[in-house]
Amino acid sequence: MATSASSFRSKYRAATDHVVTGLAILATVLVVVPLVAIFVYLLLKGASSLNLDFFIKNPVPEGESGGGMANAIVGSGVLLGIASLIGIPIGIGAGIYLAEYGRGTKLANAVRFTADVLNGVPSIVMGLAAYSLIVIPQHHFSAFSGGVALGIMMIPTVARTTEEMLLMVPNMIREAALGLGLSNWRSVLSITVKTASPGIITGCMLAFARVAGETAPLIFTALGNAFWSVNPNREIEALPLQIWVYATGPYEDQHRLAWAGALVLIVLIVLAVSLVRYVTSRGVLKGAS
Amino acid sequence: MGVGIEVTNLNAWYGTNHTLQDITLNIPANHATALIGPSGCGKSTFVRCLNRMHETNPIARVTGTVRIGDMDIYSDAAPVEIRRRVGMVFQRPNPFPTMSIYDNVAAGLKLNGYKNKRSLDEIVERSLKNSALWDEVKDDLKSKSGASLSGGQQQRLCIARALAVDPEVLLMDEPASALDPVSTSKIEDLIFQLKSQYTIVIVTHNMQQAARVAEKTGFFLNGRMVEFDSTHKIFTNPSDKRTEDYITGRFG
Amino acid sequence: MLLCGLSIFAIVLLILSELMLRSGMAWHKFGFKFFFQQGIPDRYSGQMNYWDPVNGAFSALPFVYGTLVSSLLSLLISVPLAVGLAIFLTEMCPRFLRGPLAFITELLAAIPSIIYGLWAVFVLVPLLREYVNPALSKYLGWTGLFADTNPTGLGYVAAAVILAVMILPIISSLTREVMTAVPHSQREAVLALGATRWEMIRTGVLRNARIGIVGAVILGLGRALGETMAVTMVIGNTPAISKSLLANGSSMASVIANEFAEAVSDVHRSALIEIGLALFVVTIIVNALARFLVWMVTRGAPARVH
Repeated sequence: MATSASSFRSKYRAATDHVVTGLAILATVLVVVPLVAIFVYLLLKGASSLNLDFFIKNPVPEGESGGGMANAIVGSGVLLGIASLIGIPIGIGAGIYLAEYGRGTKLANAVRFTADVLNGVPSIVMGLAAYSLIVIPQHHFSAFSGGVALGIMMIPTVARTTEEMLLMVPNMIREAALGLGLSNWRSVLSITVKTASPGIITGCMLAFARVAGETAPLIFTALGNAFWSVNPNREIEALPLQIWVYATGPYEDQHRLAWAGALVLIVLIVLAVSLVRYVTSRGVLKGAS
Repeated sequence: MGVGIEVTNLNAWYGTNHTLQDITLNIPANHATALIGPSGCGKSTFVRCLNRMHETNPIARVTGTVRIGDMDIYSDAAPVEIRRRVGMVFQRPNPFPTMSIYDNVAAGLKLNGYKNKRSLDEIVERSLKNSALWDEVKDDLKSKSGASLSGGQQQRLCIARALAVDPEVLLMDEPASALDPVSTSKIEDLIFQLKSQYTIVIVTHNMQQAARVAEKTGFFLNGRMVEFDSTHKIFTNPSDKRTEDYITGRFG
Repeated sequence: MLLCGLSIFAIVLLILSELMLRSGMAWHKFGFKFFFQQGIPDRYSGQMNYWDPVNGAFSALPFVYGTLVSSLLSLLISVPLAVGLAIFLTEMCPRFLRGPLAFITELLAAIPSIIYGLWAVFVLVPLLREYVNPALSKYLGWTGLFADTNPTGLGYVAAAVILAVMILPIISSLTREVMTAVPHSQREAVLALGATRWEMIRTGVLRNARIGIVGAVILGLGRALGETMAVTMVIGNTPAISKSLLANGSSMASVIANEFAEAVSDVHRSALIEIGLALFVVTIIVNALARFLVWMVTRGAPARVH
């Protein structure tokens, strides 16, 4: 190998290496800095807009100042309650099936695959489905239909996190349970699920926090309601719906409320994501065993 | 042609774990040198220090000097240059699954900017012949992927890949431990043939293998080199009690 | 438990059948050409009228166009950045930074669309209006793609940028997952041949992970296609087809979000559901393809849900 050519080549290679390293760092900075900036901006803007009125007062007519989103918070609560009643049991059941009963079978693989695919279906389509399934037959919008749309969206997330958490339970524990003479079904339920329960609960919280911010499926199911309502059979207000309406409106005071609402949703998300991360990384599961 | 290796006061750490302690030895050129010892004794770490692969782990640290030929590898050259001159074969065959057999062998040359097709063809053929794989793969050099070969063939492909860049030293980290007996004996035959052209350092947990292929043998225990001598001496008349205990199977 | 598992199939089938049932009217009326037929020239202005539910003009072409343009443009912006970030995080990043950076991207993937939309309306769009769009129009106006006739700052570019921000964490974390799934022995094999770090990444990692990375990009595309709120808030909501990327447009999801609750007729509602059905089928196919490609690389280890 000619020395001059090869030394040129090795300089060229080293230079390329540096350039690519620089590009990767640049990409990271270009991604992280704006994302963090967005995040901090949301926090600051939200914090300066949030006050007690936000939580305890209903909206005031357009153009007037003051008011809050009490009805929207309660409405979101009702919607999320309905969604959890549907999404959490089915999701956990599916997760237990994936991790404990069907592990390795073709059917379980198909279920897992479908759950992942369902997870990627646009939320607005869920809204359309709930509309045609519930709103059309009933001839009116309702909190119930919105809750169903959100509940369906929770299932894949809950199922997959439940599965993941159950898979983290060491096989030793399953064997120990079987060794005590418990039947398979009981040992699974009473030991494995109990061991994984901190993880499963945080997984449910994550799914909850995620659908809490969903707007698209509610536009033509829950519809929105300027007044106080907790009736699942009527239209109901929701936090993200209210943010949408306020953000696209012309009034300064409404913009302020929108930022405050965004902050509430963000806090919910941060809590859920941090908890999940804490549980999966710190091995709370191992502690429980 | 191979060159000798002089190691002086080599120490290595993984995090706070002092895995190699004060290793000093001279590995002769154009011979095969075997390193034996129970698992975790530091013999793999030692060979990984000879081509600076040890430091690819972020928590790893090395002190001491290693001279390969006339070059101090920790001060005279970049790791990239050293690794081109010091080839390595790993415990598990690791051919590139997305490349053809031909491209696997030519990978190192292409990194170095080799573009002349005829000389590439020649080098690939010579390397595959040197690793005793040519006859088995010559018909589907470009049509089959490196991953489609059997385990033993894959390991010989990895040897061909290492030979193609024309190294001076060939490090082998338990190259036959994942293979069946027939493939193992093929690899051993190969080492026997290659050692006239390259300096070979082979880590093995198989003492018969060390006895069959190597002129010199070093015995490692708990991060220290207990004894380094001719293979014959180590296996028939070791000077250290611990070496004797190990080769007679009293532990490890 | 099995029943719960099977319910996931049932949900997909139920959505499909409901949407097919409710879009039947539009299917009968417009057929398949609904998605690509030209508009009717306006009697007075001569402009193409693609979508005018009050006067019975129904062509989904501008929405298909808007969805494709904004999604593909967002991929163009986000893919290089996402892959760069993934390379940095898996192969270069010092340990103490890895956790926090991964946490930030995970967090940002979970922030709801509406909040990105809110930010886009009050920060991104003014920024585009005042600085970026005039510059694009000045320096790249000759391409015809950046003719600045839109004083609002809304439009395809605004939608694409916010989409890029939203899908970036998804593409990046999945790319990271497939890169991590490449065995360490592949990296060592390349390094031992005397490769630089970049050559190691290219030959030992990217080459082996490329199928999965394509999967990650396609998954990002799937998200971008169906993303609703943020796009609705910034795309301008005009059912038109413009060559200029700075013009107002509309996407499949945004037209549903905007018009469905106040649809003027059953045909209108049915046509919107048909758009939803198309969105459903397309995203199912895109997601299935993406998951399959990622699975090819990570096989064995179950993919984490993010």
